[in-house]
Amino acid sequence: MIKVFVPRDSSALSLGADRTAKAIQQEAQKRGIEIELIRNGSRGLFWLEPFVEVTTTNGRVAFAPVQPKDVAGLFDAYFLNPDSSTAKSHPLYLGLTEELEWLKKQQRLTFARIGITDPVSLNDYLAHDGYKGLANALKLSPAEIVKTVTDSGLRGRGGAAFPTGIKWNTVLGAGEKGVQKYIVCNADEGDSGTYSDRMVMEDDPFVLIEGMTIAGIAVGANQGYIYLRSEYPHALHILNEAIAKAEAAGYLGDNICGSSHTFKLEVRRAAGAYVCGEETSLLESLEGKRGLVRFKPPLPAIEGLFGKPTVVNNVISLATIPIILDKGAQFYADYGMGRSRGTLPIQLAGNIKHGGLVELAFGATLRELLYDFGGGSFTGKPIRAVQVGGPLGAFLPESQFDTPLDYEEFSKIWAVLGHGGIVAFDDTVDMAKMARYAFEFCAIESCGKCTPCRIGSTRGVEVIDKIINGTDVEKNTKLVRDLSDTMLNGSLCALGGMTPYPVLSAMNHFAEDFVPKPKSALKKIIDIVAA
Amino acid sequence: MANALPVETLTIIQSLIAQHKNMPGALLPLLHAIQDTIGYIPEDSYLPISKALALSVAEVHGVVTFYHHFRTHPVGKHILHVCRAESCQAMGAEKLEASIKAKLNIDYHQTTSDGAITLEPIYCLGNCACSPAVMMDDEVYGRMDNQKMAELISEARAS
Repeated sequence: MIKVFVPRDSSALSLGADRTAKAIQQEAQKRGIEIELIRNGSRGLFWLEPFVEVTTTNGRVAFAPVQPKDVAGLFDAYFLNPDSSTAKSHPLYLGLTEELEWLKKQQRLTFARIGITDPVSLNDYLAHDGYKGLANALKLSPAEIVKTVTDSGLRGRGGAAFPTGIKWNTVLGAGEKGVQKYIVCNADEGDSGTYSDRMVMEDDPFVLIEGMTIAGIAVGANQGYIYLRSEYPHALHILNEAIAKAEAAGYLGDNICGSSHTFKLEVRRAAGAYVCGEETSLLESLEGKRGLVRFKPPLPAIEGLFGKPTVVNNVISLATIPIILDKGAQFYADYGMGRSRGTLPIQLAGNIKHGGLVELAFGATLRELLYDFGGGSFTGKPIRAVQVGGPLGAFLPESQFDTPLDYEEFSKIWAVLGHGGIVAFDDTVDMAKMARYAFEFCAIESCGKCTPCRIGSTRGVEVIDKIINGTDVEKNTKLVRDLSDTMLNGSLCALGGMTPYPVLSAMNHFAEDFVPKPKSALKKIIDIVAA
Repeated sequence: MANALPVETLTIIQSLIAQHKNMPGALLPLLHAIQDTIGYIPEDSYLPISKALALSVAEVHGVVTFYHHFRTHPVGKHILHVCRAESCQAMGAEKLEASIKAKLNIDYHQTTSDGAITLEPIYCLGNCACSPAVMMDDEVYGRMDNQKMAELISEARAS
């Protein structure tokens, strides 16, 4: 039977994939054609969603973007036989998916299966190298698993870039023999411009489950929690469905794959607090408390969830474990540059023509991402500023677009790579407004525990307003810089401690936006008010 | 109490408490369950929750009010979340939110006079390649413009 693929990823759904799938099913029925409709994950070419594929002997052929109104025409053009001349001349015909330049140029390791498989089909997962990493891990001692992860060079993909293997090793060695330990997956992906965690959970949930299971076996933890942001309802359902299937097939629970290991997994919903993406605040929340940041030490690896040794890793870090255990540490470490080993799933967002998921070895420049992959801005205007690494990341001007994506190279220019989200802005952006927003966001999301963040953010909004209005600009600029210094050095966590990145980078690189609006504009406002 | 909850609602809350009280870190899952079932978390539920989980009423209140997702009052039939984060701002979210507010004639955290839609801000829906984005109940919509927004609102009002 001919297989037709229509993605079920949230972004595809947000552009009407469900309606497209329904229209294809109805049209096929109407014409008496039998098809097998598969709801796969997204390939990540979001400007082309709904991205419909049809199987051929040479691979899958894509037609995109397909709206319900296009469906009858596609059937008329015999798109179910993509090698036909009529199908090939259809305006939505894109040829073989694997041959699309945008995908061919990528190095998909963590995202190897995403967009290809049916996310909730365990058989599909197994048929595409699923659970090979776990099979290898079961042959190794815990210390050997940890060593493999350490040797791979994998660093925390949530943004802090701490070596994953070292964290695991601390938990492995923590506590008395037999002490309760936990694996916690930080799936509170709150950074604007990021969606790679969501894609993993919706489009390949088993890879996360496998990664967490391996982590549990490595450090001796028998219970895992996925702390999932409440803004991702689809991910919740898909994860729960996948967990139930993994349990039923013996990949979770007692005696995993016939071994003596136990690992249980539960999804816990967050409740819309950005600060809970910070690991200690997350643990408080999981314990049922207000998400207040904890002092460190003790590290969560020693005293984490319910006071027990706990691995807290980001979704991408954990989802990368299976391929490292499958193909070996060296295979993974061979990708990348400097101390940034492996690949980074980069998310192109904001005002960008070709937004989507680009997984590449570390080292590509921002410019390549923005133009070669991104195709420039969505509006066609020049890209003026780019924010990398979420709301706490610096704004970069065009002069810094040649910076390679590498943790250390970004540090050198006082910027952060973070979770790999890149938000582009065209030349209509008002950077003074963006700086103000950074403080505003911090004020809304501050947990309130430490003063620089709680009070500083609100004062920051006020002082930026004064600068924008032209009140004592020199004095107030100095004040913002002093305030930022206090927040940078006096905050407990990254929320207060990094809010100065977007603020100061906007001031340093885009100072012209902070001058009071020209008199002519004021005149216009006066006229409006007077009328 | 003047606005005491109906007995049926209290019974529902009691049974949810019974289902969740033995979970490790039970409070958030329990609050989610209450809000999912009855639409909000009534302040009258704080006392029975606190008793079952060995917490003070103040602690329960503290948790409920810490998280943006939890609400203590009934809302409209549908909840419209509008993304205010950077990626959506880069694609004109500010204008979109102004036009939504004007169209619904309400501000954030308010409900339309017909009780159909409650408007809430949200900071990132993970749909950043298709900004600007909104979420109506559990469904995300991308590349929103005024026309699509008007359709979505009238669909919600009709359902």
